[in-house]
Amino acid sequence: MSPKKGKRSGSSKMKSKKSQSPTPQGKTGHPEDIFPLTLTSATQNLFGCQIDEDVTAQSPYKLLKKDDIMQDIKTRAAVSDFSPAKQIVLDYPEEEILLVFDSEFTFGQSFYLVLSPEAKNRILKLPETETPEVLENEVDTARKPKQWVSLGSEKEIEEESVKEREPLVFTFSRKRRFFGLPVSFSDNITPISQGFPSYEDNRRFIPAMLTDCGTQAVPKVQSSTAQTNWLGKRNNSTHYEPRDLSEEEKEVILQSDSMKEFLRGVTPRMLHALQQEEIFNLFTDDLKDLGADVEDDNEPDLSKGLELFKTFTDPSKGKKISSVNWHPSINGVIAVALKMQREEESDSEEDLSLTDPKFIAFYSFADLSKPQDLRKEQTPEVLYSAASEIESSHKAAVTDVQWLPPTFEVTRTGLPVENTSKLCVQVITCSPDCTIMFWDVRLPKQAGLSLFQRPDQNTPMTRYIVPKTFKHLDRTWKPLFKVSFQKMDGSGVYAPLKLSFEPYPGNAEAAGSWSAEDFLDYSQLRIPSAKELKTLEDVNTKIFIGTEEGEVVYTDWKLEKDEFGLVHCPKPLFSFSTHDFMVYAVQRSPFFKDIVLTVGTWNFAIWKEGVMEGPLHVSKFSVENCTAGCWSLTRPAVFFIGKDDGSMEVWDLLENTNGPSQVHPGIISGTIICIKPWIVSSKQHFLAVTNDHRVVRILEISKSLRTPTSNESSRMEEHFEWETKYVKEFDRRKKVWAKEKEEQELKKETKPAKPVLTPAEQEELDKKEYGEFLKLEESILKGLGLWPKPDHSDKKN
Amino acid sequence: MKVDVEGTLKRIESYKGVIGTIVVNAEGIPIRSTLDNSTTVQYAGLLRHLAAMARSSVRDIDPQNDLTVLRIHSKKYEIMVAPENNYLLIVIQNPCE
Repeated sequence: MSPKKGKRSGSSKMKSKKSQSPTPQGKTGHPEDIFPLTLTSATQNLFGCQIDEDVTAQSPYKLLKKDDIMQDIKTRAAVSDFSPAKQIVLDYPEEEILLVFDSEFTFGQSFYLVLSPEAKNRILKLPETETPEVLENEVDTARKPKQWVSLGSEKEIEEESVKEREPLVFTFSRKRRFFGLPVSFSDNITPISQGFPSYEDNRRFIPAMLTDCGTQAVPKVQSSTAQTNWLGKRNNSTHYEPRDLSEEEKEVILQSDSMKEFLRGVTPRMLHALQQEEIFNLFTDDLKDLGADVEDDNEPDLSKGLELFKTFTDPSKGKKISSVNWHPSINGVIAVALKMQREEESDSEEDLSLTDPKFIAFYSFADLSKPQDLRKEQTPEVLYSAASEIESSHKAAVTDVQWLPPTFEVTRTGLPVENTSKLCVQVITCSPDCTIMFWDVRLPKQAGLSLFQRPDQNTPMTRYIVPKTFKHLDRTWKPLFKVSFQKMDGSGVYAPLKLSFEPYPGNAEAAGSWSAEDFLDYSQLRIPSAKELKTLEDVNTKIFIGTEEGEVVYTDWKLEKDEFGLVHCPKPLFSFSTHDFMVYAVQRSPFFKDIVLTVGTWNFAIWKEGVMEGPLHVSKFSVENCTAGCWSLTRPAVFFIGKDDGSMEVWDLLENTNGPSQVHPGIISGTIICIKPWIVSSKQHFLAVTNDHRVVRILEISKSLRTPTSNESSRMEEHFEWETKYVKEFDRRKKVWAKEKEEQELKKETKPAKPVLTPAEQEELDKKEYGEFLKLEESILKGLGLWPKPDHSDKKN
Repeated sequence: MKVDVEGTLKRIESYKGVIGTIVVNAEGIPIRSTLDNSTTVQYAGLLRHLAAMARSSVRDIDPQNDLTVLRIHSKKYEIMVAPENNYLLIVIQNPCE
């Protein structure tokens, strides 16, 4: 910079010298290489060097071509401004001549030409050097550098910079003996062994409040062993089996004398003990044996027998009760069949009625007075829904109707066969028109289309909805077959009033599974042909019949074939006229299948099936008529007899066979028509008693009458067996007596008169006998070892 | 009296109500039995000690006395044990009803 400055100052001096130098020379003359001239504006235009346009004070230089100037001179000859400089231009070696504007008129003219190229170069150089000079001057004047503010950097520089400093002085002393010896200095390169102490990082970390930390629990297990002295040896477990002797040893022992001795001593004792055990039970609890049931022994039995529970009366007049029956499933509901007062009797079971009772009313315990019309809701059908064909049905009133149990059914010839459908499909009816009819609810196979096509236009308008279950049978129902029984002595036909057959239990699953909901479409059932069904051999086809005239007939209903091959009704097996008038009830005992109770007008009888000789027991003739009877449901020895005057007798055969054990007079007014027992619960047993004046009375059976005594069933059985034996024996005796009588009568006629003994002869005879007796006595007593006898009176052995 | 061992034992075994009979020797080994082996062994083992204890009790009270029959009447049946002469006769009987 500084040399440049120097140069610049030099050049500027030179320039000022130059500028000054021509001036003084201009006055006097101009330097050699400068030729001043004036240029007119036209020339200026031509050459492009107009003042203040192309050429200014700042840029006064203009290079003109020599040829152009020559040209101009030629064209304008004398007019051209360059004419004075013609020669100079011609002599000019270079192509271009420098024209300089001279604003200060330094050479007297506005322009001047630079004649020599050296001067040109010189001048041209000057402006080149002048311009940076000018610029620098301008820079110097335009921008002033700022004052340097110390920010501390010079300290760092000072620190970092390597300066020479005064030498370090280090004094040390040596041992005296080493004084003067040369010293050797060396560098000690010490390793940098300074540690880097840790310091707390003062950066703020987020403190961890929660850290997942895993733990494992490890049981402290320590295994160690020890050895002990086993002082007292003991078996922890032993395997053992009982000692046994071999067979030979056992034999030997058994035959040994000691065994014999042993048995000799032991046997009588043991036998004695065994016998004692067998005879007498040392530990009987008499009190316990007395009481039959444990539950309510403390209940005082106040009522003697029957107690009035409820009374139902039908308010409407003119009706008679014909039968009564308990509802099998609903507790406390009785169906009462009412009929108009007519002469003929009619009877009805609960489910189906064949003749025409008028109404069936239901009484329930809830409402005493009014009969309820429950049938619409609960029972499937009440009113008759099929009537049998008039021609083929009974001519007289039907007195007994019973369903055959669903376990077997009967074919056209009376053979019992298996019932494939598990329903009650057959009905037996009997009537005083001397026939027993079997009806089948199903249609016969050869029903044909005619039945279905028959229109039922004549269906009478009924006030009640008649269910269509048995519609298929309506008015075309014919009995399956009929039986009528000839009297044994050939004097007519029996007129049965009631019948009873043995219920055949059959298969366990068949019986008892019939419920009201199972009402199938009966119209679809058909009577199967007899061949298809399996004959049941063990069904008891014999029935007891109570007739109008008081006979009890025991007969078979199977139609028999006699020697001609014709089928006819069998002969009854026995018949007894025990009762003298109508038989009102024939009922089997619910406990014994072969014991039948028949109630006649003035007495009743108990029969056993198979005993042909007669009834087991006939009661005395009673004053009033017996009109109804039924067995008790819980006590095998008890039955109830209803009388004409409305009183009821309770008979207990084990207690008293001669008379009723209890008489309840005035149970009901009027004649007892029907007695039906029912068990509601184990504490409530009822007896429904109806009379003929539309009153139904429910009686509660007291505890004494409903709980059987101990072993009552077996005792009753024994009693019946005894009776049977007695009857048989009596019968046999009767025959024997009859025979004897005959013989005696015969003898009487043929035999001579027996000699009459005189008294003296008689006495002699007696003495003889007495003597014989004494001898006999003596011999006997001697044999017994009681001879000589002390006295006559102690002759008892 | 001549004692027929077989006959006597048969008599006892066929008495009314008898379920089983066991003859046990002095060491408690069953000689003869109508029951199966395990039951026999059980009865013999258990009743041996009981009979011995009963006998000793009776004799403790009165040394002149001796046990004739030990009867155990249980709910189901009765067990009778008769000791004699180092042997033991055990009879199990069903009582009358």
